[in-house]
Amino acid sequence: MPRFILHRLLQALPVLLVVVTATFFLVRLAPGGPFSDEKAVPAEVQRALEARYRLDQPLASQYLSYLGDLVRGDFGPSFRYPGRSVDEMIFAGLPTTAELGLYALLISLVLGTAAGVVAALRPNSAQDYLPMSAAMIGICLPSFLLGPLLILVFGIWLDWMPVSGWGNVPGDKILPALTLASGYTAYVARLSRGGMLEVLSQDYIRTARAKGLPEWIVVLKHGLRGGLIPVVAFAGPAFAGLLSGSFVVETIFQIPGLGRFYVQAAFNRDYTMIMGTTIFFAVLIVAFNLLADIAAVWLNPRLRHQYRKRAS
Amino acid sequence: MSFRKIHALLVLGLSCALALSACGGGETRVEAGDREQILHWGNGAEPQELDPHIVTGVPEHHIIIALLEGLVLKDPATLEIIPGVAERWEISADGLIYTFHLRADARWSNGDPVTAGDFAWSWRRALTPSLGNLYAYMYFPIRNAEAFATGKIDDFDQVGVEVLDEHTLRVTLNHPTPYFLQLLDHYSMFPVHRATLEKHGDPFQRGSDWTRAGNFVGNGPFVLAEWQLNKVVAVDKNPGYWDAERVRLNGIRYYPVENVSTEERMFRAGQLHVTGSIPPDKIAVYRKESPELLRTEPYLGNYFYRFNLDVPQLADPRVRRALAMSIDREQIVEHVTQGGQIPAYAFTPPDTLGYTAPPAFAHDPEAARALLAEAGYPGGQGFPPTELLYNTSEGHRKLAVAIQQMWKRELGIEITLNNQDWKVYLDSVNNGNYQIARAGWIGDYVDPNSFLDMWVTDGGNNRTGWSDPRYDQLVLECAPRAPDRERRYRCFQEAEALLMEAMPIIPVYFATRNYLTRPSVRGMPPNLLGYPLFKQIHLQAAD
Repeated sequence: MPRFILHRLLQALPVLLVVVTATFFLVRLAPGGPFSDEKAVPAEVQRALEARYRLDQPLASQYLSYLGDLVRGDFGPSFRYPGRSVDEMIFAGLPTTAELGLYALLISLVLGTAAGVVAALRPNSAQDYLPMSAAMIGICLPSFLLGPLLILVFGIWLDWMPVSGWGNVPGDKILPALTLASGYTAYVARLSRGGMLEVLSQDYIRTARAKGLPEWIVVLKHGLRGGLIPVVAFAGPAFAGLLSGSFVVETIFQIPGLGRFYVQAAFNRDYTMIMGTTIFFAVLIVAFNLLADIAAVWLNPRLRHQYRKRAS
Repeated sequence: MSFRKIHALLVLGLSCALALSACGGGETRVEAGDREQILHWGNGAEPQELDPHIVTGVPEHHIIIALLEGLVLKDPATLEIIPGVAERWEISADGLIYTFHLRADARWSNGDPVTAGDFAWSWRRALTPSLGNLYAYMYFPIRNAEAFATGKIDDFDQVGVEVLDEHTLRVTLNHPTPYFLQLLDHYSMFPVHRATLEKHGDPFQRGSDWTRAGNFVGNGPFVLAEWQLNKVVAVDKNPGYWDAERVRLNGIRYYPVENVSTEERMFRAGQLHVTGSIPPDKIAVYRKESPELLRTEPYLGNYFYRFNLDVPQLADPRVRRALAMSIDREQIVEHVTQGGQIPAYAFTPPDTLGYTAPPAFAHDPEAARALLAEAGYPGGQGFPPTELLYNTSEGHRKLAVAIQQMWKRELGIEITLNNQDWKVYLDSVNNGNYQIARAGWIGDYVDPNSFLDMWVTDGGNNRTGWSDPRYDQLVLECAPRAPDRERRYRCFQEAEALLMEAMPIIPVYFATRNYLTRPSVRGMPPNLLGYPLFKQIHLQAAD
């Protein structure tokens, strides 16, 4: 196992270098600079700003000095918010986005797995169609529609929940977490249904049943462990996706997270901010994929065996 | 058993949700604010900075005017100049020398007195090229300010700013500039606290943290209490402000709500007293159902299309006039923009400090067709494919589609539409890489000069390639040298007539500001600049 992890970590480094390099040159290729404005920018101001942010140097030396800063963990100053560093902005938004993502992940895992298992128990019956149709709707309904809908019903008509904010009043985290979770819940439901269906038709399940075990032990103990493998493989990248894809939900609910900066940085041509958030998310995605792989190996006796054999 | 488990979970989950939601009722934020005199303000975007010599936006403006104060203020009802840090001033007979007498009781929030030296040092900083102040041009009426800002001189003593004593400041101008006092109320001319800036890094470079809560030292009616990124900027009443006894608000909370629909929902849920705007499709609903909450006010801005005069078919003024005359602006403001905008037949908004340009043309499709035929395109025949560029936005798209149809119907001309992301669009327009492009302009100060000086030859904001020496002479020589307002406005009117005759731009409408306000907000009269004087605002819930 340690060898497997080390191997995957070494693979991640070139991936990250490619991400850094591609992003660095792509943002500079995009038309429009960070300091262009509707009002004309006087030449001397433009020059002063470019000098301040090293944009007057050749691209190659900009790139090298950026890499140098990066190695020291310094993402540089934001161009758009001149008084702040990119590191500061990322760490200001991260806890909120991570909390939101975590709630959404938990909701989607719990609800999704429950729906998937229920559906898989009686395939092609009403008990299957109902949750799976709901899941289909969940996948299709975009959060920019679901969010305002939930707000309208629960926030404004029923007046049960706050319509915006994060951690200001009790209950203001429920609607955003539900909105962000909906699509992922639906995926988890479909994945766990498929996984369960496959597992429940295996010989060892038949053996368990033949031994006379109660049905719930067969399903929850023997079935679920194998049936959840696709869900686990999905959960890692899903969490990274939840973190990097919370822009819409953060905007709708006025949540001070990272997602809004990520998208706005691109619109503002805030080069350092684009770089910082992209690299940060790339690291997250690589890390969560790695965790998912480790979990999958651990859950699947066949893979575990394979790695043990290779190691010996 | 497994089903019972799931069932139990569901019940548990629902009851949790219900228990939490029970707190949704009770007093709203706005009601609590009315009681405590805390104003909850929808502020559009996260402020880039709170440094008055770096920022350029409206959200920053709303916060900075609470934290800092210039030599003068404006009466929000009339936009007349009223005393700020300067309690009185004298203007020399030739209109060139302004002597400001600063009030002795003006203090920084740390207790230091606000002095003439503070202003001189702050202005030097604002003009220093390394800071990259986009509003440095606000100082250009001052003698040698432009030379200093562009690096032609580096001795600030040559600039027309003189400290006579601790409370007296003398400013010398290049030309008589009737709107000079107005400029002084722009945040780019506000003072900053020298010792604080020097403590937090190089005052002449960006990237200082002097504007953070805890560091900020200001001289306005409020002090910075809290700045939570993307969440809220909180300011509290400044007890040391010279006019503190007249300040009735105990604080203002600025929320950076970028999404207008979110902002409207927050307003409806009682979380905001005032919004920055309103989703256009909601205007009609509010007008019908709660007109007392909706405010529609004229705004010192316009919406227009630019022509690139290097494009052969657009180089002919007859073509440009034909395009302008075939647009039915009444239809547009009534059915497309729907925000109470005013159809524009001139460039400067009406009644800009008493200046109104006469309508330069009318909606006349018949005459437009004749002009087009005269230019060699009868019925639109042979008119080369032409593209209309706008920055990506639903509002700009709707308007472009409406105008595209009008040109097709009235002139037989086919125009293609192209939208670009904001920064790409700016790049295209700045580099002359367009044929017709959407634009808007908001005046920096209430004076026709703020609209007309942009069209002089090679002006940074001209971008059409249009040039007329007579126009330049009227705006740059005739108006500044005019002995009185009437003759000055005559220069501008003649200039604007030339502009409209040549028509390098098509005016479409004059802007309005549509936004929502709780009835408890008092002391916020409408004005052309959308300028609130926070020290006059208070909250009083109706009984």
